[in-house]
Amino acid sequence: MQQQSMFFKARATATLADVGLQANLRQAKGKFVDSRAQAVADYDRENEGDFEALRLAGEAIRKRVVDDLDSWLEVFEERATARGASVLWARDGQEICDLVLDIARTHGVQKVIKSKSMLSEEAGLNQALEAAGVRPVETDLGEYILQIAGNEPPSHIIAPVMHKNVDQVADLFARTHGTPRQTAIPALTREARAVLREHFVSAEMGISGANFLIAETGSAALVTNEGNGRMVSSLPKVHVVITGIEKIVPTLADFATLMRLLPRSATGQVISNYVSLLTGKARGSAEESTTAATDATDATDGPEHVYFILVDNGRVGLLGSEFQSMLACIRCGACLNHCPVYQTIGGHAYGWVYPGPMGSVLTPLLRGVEKALDLPQASTLCQQCSVVCPVRIPLPELLRKLRERQTRAGLRPRGERLAWRLWAWLAARPGCYDLATRAALRYLNWLAGGRERIEVLGIAPGWSAGRDFPAPQGKTFRQLYRQQTKPR
Amino acid sequence: MRVALFVTCLVDLLRPSIGFAAIKLLENAGCTVEVAATQTCCGQPAYNGGDRAAAIALARKTIAEFEHCQRDQGCAYLVTPSGSCADQIRNAYPALLADDPAWQSRAEHLAARAYELTDFLVTVLHVESVPGDFAGSVSYHDSCSGLRGLGIREQPRALLALVPGLTLREMPAAEECCGFGGAFSIKFGAISAAIAEKKCVNARLAAADALVGGDLGCLLNIEGKLRRMGDRHTRVLHVAEVLAGVSTADATPN
Repeated sequence: MQQQSMFFKARATATLADVGLQANLRQAKGKFVDSRAQAVADYDRENEGDFEALRLAGEAIRKRVVDDLDSWLEVFEERATARGASVLWARDGQEICDLVLDIARTHGVQKVIKSKSMLSEEAGLNQALEAAGVRPVETDLGEYILQIAGNEPPSHIIAPVMHKNVDQVADLFARTHGTPRQTAIPALTREARAVLREHFVSAEMGISGANFLIAETGSAALVTNEGNGRMVSSLPKVHVVITGIEKIVPTLADFATLMRLLPRSATGQVISNYVSLLTGKARGSAEESTTAATDATDATDGPEHVYFILVDNGRVGLLGSEFQSMLACIRCGACLNHCPVYQTIGGHAYGWVYPGPMGSVLTPLLRGVEKALDLPQASTLCQQCSVVCPVRIPLPELLRKLRERQTRAGLRPRGERLAWRLWAWLAARPGCYDLATRAALRYLNWLAGGRERIEVLGIAPGWSAGRDFPAPQGKTFRQLYRQQTKPR
Repeated sequence: MRVALFVTCLVDLLRPSIGFAAIKLLENAGCTVEVAATQTCCGQPAYNGGDRAAAIALARKTIAEFEHCQRDQGCAYLVTPSGSCADQIRNAYPALLADDPAWQSRAEHLAARAYELTDFLVTVLHVESVPGDFAGSVSYHDSCSGLRGLGIREQPRALLALVPGLTLREMPAAEECCGFGGAFSIKFGAISAAIAEKKCVNARLAAADALVGGDLGCLLNIEGKLRRMGDRHTRVLHVAEVLAGVSTADATPN
């Protein structure tokens, strides 16, 4: 996906005036935040206040994997291969596209059905497939809407089309499908289902992401609410799972623990509508002995060829660094949903695949700090993201460390650097600081001109464009305190 | 008991009445208050701005000042009318100085003795009365660093409940960020002001006579947005001003 993170400020500011988007954001925030709170409260009531203990357990599982990632990947590769899958490795988005196109050519694929995969967004896979004459069809309802809207990027990692409302979707469906316009959500869903059903039965290959890879069994776990993931991974004869190398969990028991956290944190569900475990290819498939297919104990359905493409795309660079804990992320979206900045501007302003706090950490780390200068700065550090993170990633701390990295690399604007240096110099010298604060006060008192508020703050126009600045009381505390305590 | 007051840079510059209110509250609870004349800023703006070296320098300065107050004046605690500065001193200082064992133990020493004002009044002093009175209703905005960094939620409410005449009317989403975020409010002024607007809409739903909070940064942001939205009557006050009873004409020039 083309990265636009350098235009964050302009794009973010534009979203503030988008009345429709603002209404969608308000609605989504209410839904996600309230649902999670309810799910956590319910869990605590049933389990004696143990959601915090569950978060600690989730953090421990993810830390155990990330600390020893290479070993767990080898275990996964061995177990998955033993079940008849092929495990392939991609260093970057280009290698993802190359591998997928190779597989498509090998099996004579003309149409691919896709379940949600953020890695395919990272790689710009749909464009690569189209360029090679293979038609990709998104089957997650949100992703499908984005695809027929002219390949719009997703604005949320689990609710990709959150920025559109029903009316916009109704218009889009009527225009694209040539059907009468309807605005009831169940009717729109049925309409999409009718269109997608044709593709489900005719595609030769399915592509999905994976919410987790289970090392113990060599399985991929898919967590969905629409059932499309199950169709994509079981109907076509070829299935390709594309996911990041950090998605491993050691055992099925660990997976169960994380599944207590993921749906509650993401949508406030106790469990998602569908949870699928994909393990190897169909036993008794065409190349194997024909007798195997008649063995009732062997699963004969499912794809005949299964490929895992495990992707680095910058992740290895985080290993052993002060940002390693970011690899624990399970992509629930809770940090987006609870972020005052995301709630106010939505996901597109962030300019790449991942928005919100986790995106503001990941994008600079995966794409280069210098290519996303605003993102680590675009946070009030209110800490709510780390409060709701199911695996306790210290997101505010990571954002702060990225700011430090920008400073060390000399990437902040010259004026800002000079202002900091001057301020730090003064703050370390109380006498000079005293004079400087008095001078600043004279300036502010002059601006206030005896009124209660300053409407135009010359030194910080960013402040006063959208709000007043309350007038100072007139003297510094130090001045007044000295006067008061002066011996009479 | 002697305590050192850390006034904070914003209070020093913009609203000294909060500092005097803090002194009044501490003295009323039986403390003797010392104010180090050399104090400037805790360094949190530099810390959050990515200037670690400046943050470390100011952390050391603040630590040394407190040690001085402890040694020469017998101050047992450092108290500050700001959750954000208290969070910096208590949580960030030991982390910032973790590479230097000698300084880290000095940072831990201060961290164990540093308190946000309302937390100190409730947790350490167990105050049961406050000098202020307030005829009217207030809503309370929980500032992020105090709430999520230090767990301050009940302390200011317990103290406000002691104020004769005061009714607390909670606003929806009192715990959500007001959009201030220090330098964020200037770097991303439009986003910051849009977040502040949501806070103000919630504050006005409480229909209280005043909005009260424990951090001047947030209060400047909220008051500035309320006034820009045309609200001239909802007063915006620091919790110390209300508790100390300096929230009338002497606090804000009318």
